[in-house]
Amino acid sequence: MITVLAAHTSGTNLDPIYDQVLFWILAVASVGAGITMICVRQAVHCALMLAVVMLSLAVMYAMQGAPFLAFVQIIVYTGAVLMLFLFVVMLIGITSGDSLVETIKGQRLWAGIAGGAFAVLLIVGIGHAAIGAAHPATAANSAANLTGLATLIFTTYVFPFEATSALLITAALGAMVLAHRERTTPKPTQRDLARRKVASGQVAPEPPPGVYALHNAVDMPARLPDGSTTSRSVSTAVAQRDIDLGRDPEGNVAADLAVEDRIEAERQIEAAARGRDQQ
Amino acid sequence: MSPAHYIFLSVILFVIGAVGVLVRRNMIVIFMCVELMLNACNLAFVAFARMHGNLDGQVVAFFVMVVAAAEVVVGLAILMAIYRARKSASVDDANLLKY
Repeated sequence: MITVLAAHTSGTNLDPIYDQVLFWILAVASVGAGITMICVRQAVHCALMLAVVMLSLAVMYAMQGAPFLAFVQIIVYTGAVLMLFLFVVMLIGITSGDSLVETIKGQRLWAGIAGGAFAVLLIVGIGHAAIGAAHPATAANSAANLTGLATLIFTTYVFPFEATSALLITAALGAMVLAHRERTTPKPTQRDLARRKVASGQVAPEPPPGVYALHNAVDMPARLPDGSTTSRSVSTAVAQRDIDLGRDPEGNVAADLAVEDRIEAERQIEAAARGRDQQ
Repeated sequence: MSPAHYIFLSVILFVIGAVGVLVRRNMIVIFMCVELMLNACNLAFVAFARMHGNLDGQVVAFFVMVVAAAEVVVGLAILMAIYRARKSASVDDANLLKY
């Protein structure tokens, strides 16, 4: 009974209590995420906050009798568009955060004032407009949402729909043209690559980091056939980290050196004992 | 909730997006703020559709989504091209047409 009543008062078949509770939760979540989005520095965090807003809006569409749009919102926006954003963020560099220095003096202050004025303008304007209550649920917007949408798209809005296809093709072509990079030098063949490798003097790949009895770590340099170590086997980032942590970049930690000294001393004692036995 | 609530929420989200476009200088983030504004418009369209009891508003929101998807593809391609040329995603560095 309540469900039926709600269906006749709000245009959806959601219980009014749930409707209100959900609305306020989602409204606070989306506005909070939006404000966080324009405040955080990292682009990745912005993308995550945008995902929160978009998912909240998807639930709101579902609450307002638009289940198809809710799923399109999740699939197209949160699924495709936001992933595209994340791809570009990763391509451009995850560390490309905004600098906090204002290039235009008082930019944030004036932007805030302009935003506030804009909000007041819109709210006053919409407050004066006559926004009626929700229309009672009809067959068009509750029971057969998808068929109703399909009927509208393929009858009344068929020309915008066709124009959309042209737009999508243009966008795909535009993206290909813009993302294309002309190759200024011929692509090196396998023969060129092989020649370059032999000419460079090092035919074998770089030695991997060392695995000793005492260490099994990427910051241990590899031991060459002649017994010496090579620093080329250790990534420069790892070596830099070792320096930052105060370690010897060659991997000679003081404790390990002590152990090696002890092993050497034991070996000498053993050799001396063996010498005594032979005598 | 009445459609007015949703419309006021969409106003707030739209203003947040507009302020973000004004304040931020990373191109990707500005783009995300534009997406936020488009989403706010969609919410208003869906609320209007419910207010009038027909589906036209939902169809318009659907078209807005399609156009936004196309816009994102081209916009991000432009952004990549600028990044390749300038090695920066900041709007301050794309200033050849400034003076």
